[in-house]
Amino acid sequence: MSNPQQQLEHLAEMRALMERSTRFLSLSGLSGVWAGLCALVGVAAVYAYLDMLPFAPAGKYYYYDQAIRTVKWGLPYEWVFLLLAMAVLGAALAGGAFFTIRKAKRRGERVWDATSRRLLVAMAIPLVTGGIFGLALLWRGYLSLLAPSTLIFYGLAVANGSKYTLRDVEYLGFSEIALGLLGIFYPGYGLEFWAVGFGMLHILYGLWMYVRYDRS
Amino acid sequence: MKDIITQLNPAFDHRNRLGIMSVLAVNDWVEYTTLKELLNLTDGNLASHLKPLESQEYITVRKKFVGRKPQTTYGATEKGRAAFRTHLDALEALLKLGRDE
Repeated sequence: MSNPQQQLEHLAEMRALMERSTRFLSLSGLSGVWAGLCALVGVAAVYAYLDMLPFAPAGKYYYYDQAIRTVKWGLPYEWVFLLLAMAVLGAALAGGAFFTIRKAKRRGERVWDATSRRLLVAMAIPLVTGGIFGLALLWRGYLSLLAPSTLIFYGLAVANGSKYTLRDVEYLGFSEIALGLLGIFYPGYGLEFWAVGFGMLHILYGLWMYVRYDRS
Repeated sequence: MKDIITQLNPAFDHRNRLGIMSVLAVNDWVEYTTLKELLNLTDGNLASHLKPLESQEYITVRKKFVGRKPQTTYGATEKGRAAFRTHLDALEALLKLGRDE
């Protein structure tokens, strides 16, 4: 029988194997920072389009009166809003994939395996639900609920996905949910809540994760 | 002390077999190639450690075709999970004993 020291090493190795075989650990903190920057640029573009400042008093009506009358850059507001949202989402995903693929390569791990698949599926269920829910809100005109509900569904997706990646991500999920719930009580400040939730929280958590896991 | 040592399962008396059981204990099904990568083993080496676990009925094999490629996946049986748990408990007790001495 081998000695206790060796047994201890075996146990540490087993723990690492269990961890590596169930969790996608190559998620990069920089992916979060990048997503946050994209969101802030997107929100800033909307402010620029509407000629408004954050926390403007007109916020009470979710900029609705001003927004609906604005036609600038040759496009009505709804189009600018939707196009910007899609551009932000696309840029955030593309950049996020870039940093995470880079990290996986450095760690010598595969990007597309059972763990990353499980992570994506776990996130996709609340995300797709939230996406359809958000479109329905837009369609029905419940604009003041759009920002908080996207934050809540995104938070649920992140909290759900955290079981299959770096555990700390769970706190990001909880923060997004809390922020979204708070947002329901402050209609008219959707853009501000978006800037905090998708912008600042991503940057903060991304930096924290980067310092904790990536920099070595 | 002697009691504890008899609880240790000789089937798991190798780090690679312990490794295989660890991975299968926390995953439903794991592909052969994934196991190989996770444990960093050669084909021959992995197969030689899978075989005894399989003949003890601690793990089961599932073969299917994905497109034209055969895919072999492994999973732990109830019996295997129970045996692994007993083994871990014994290891834990043994380490505790070593620390108290």
